[in-house]
Amino acid sequence: MSKANLLDRRQVVSALLANRKDVVAIGGLGASTNDITAAGDHARNFYLWGGMGGAAMIGLGLALAQPTLPVLVITGDGEMLMGMGSLATIGLQKPANLSIAVLDNEAYGETGGQTSHTSAAADLVGVARACGIKDSRAISTMAEVEAFAKAVHDLTAGPRFASVKIDSANLERILPTRDGTYILNRIRGDLGFQPI
Amino acid sequence: MHARTDAADTAPTWPDDIFATLQRFDVRQVPYVPDAGHSKLILRVLDSPAMRGIPLTTEEEGVALLAGAWAGGQRGVLLMQSSGVGNCINMLSLIPILRFPFLTLVTMRGEWGEFNPWQVPMGSTTQGVLELSGIKVLRASNAAEVPAVLEAAAAQAYNALTPTAVLLSQRLIGAKVFTK
Repeated sequence: MSKANLLDRRQVVSALLANRKDVVAIGGLGASTNDITAAGDHARNFYLWGGMGGAAMIGLGLALAQPTLPVLVITGDGEMLMGMGSLATIGLQKPANLSIAVLDNEAYGETGGQTSHTSAAADLVGVARACGIKDSRAISTMAEVEAFAKAVHDLTAGPRFASVKIDSANLERILPTRDGTYILNRIRGDLGFQPI
Repeated sequence: MHARTDAADTAPTWPDDIFATLQRFDVRQVPYVPDAGHSKLILRVLDSPAMRGIPLTTEEEGVALLAGAWAGGQRGVLLMQSSGVGNCINMLSLIPILRFPFLTLVTMRGEWGEFNPWQVPMGSTTQGVLELSGIKVLRASNAAEVPAVLEAAAAQAYNALTPTAVLLSQRLIGAKVFTK
């Protein structure tokens, strides 16, 4: 299904990463990883092909290990729902350098477009705020996306959360590498860590 | 409050042995789901300026957290109870794919003097589940074994990238008794 005037996911992710500088970007399993790849491969991209529900916690581990580095998790509503409890863990730790953007098309796009809970009563922004992530935004315009992208670089005011309502159109898959060891070691290498 | 059938005269020191080993191996992030068997170790971690204790809402969060920690240059250890192992199964698939150091310390239920039958199915299969997930399992059944077992586990987890679980036996922890 396609609703009127919803944002295009590729444009949203391109805007989030347009001036990324040092940002580490973590893509949840599914379309958001394709979107990050479409915006341009990068040594600091953490592509997930599994671990459904774990994207935000990978972001937390990285943000705590590198508190002066902006960390941006870009995931989908289904993936975030599967790890919703992690919002409480993040709210407790308050990593100032962590941002989470949920591309919310209200559907499980990867598995055939079944509607997700966010198409009905589930309000992820409300959940994030209730879990202690005070800067939690419902985003529906590109201006708001660009404001969030700018905020990602503020390492003093996080954590922050956004649900970005997007069109549920399935776009061409732009596939990143599937080699998890390469993905992880490339990030570590870019951060100055040698293989053991 | 609950009684323990094998309560010692003095407080157990084996958690201090664990803590010393974790310090020596430069463990920084310690995700955990609060658990009585780990409570002394958790307190030591929370008091330590070099470590960060991170309460989780569910144990599988800790597996993903340790992947992110390693990507960012830090080692971690996941503390949980045997029932928590059951919550982790799919997330454990990250370990061989990403190949990050994984160490977990598991306080055991359902295997020795257990009063609660609901704990027995997961407690009885904890080792099997971990091994099927590709994780080496070591066990400490008494306090004297803890230092050597922890040393071996940490060495192979952090130096050889061999994912490792240490099962802290219910005999070591002490069986809970709620019934009269």
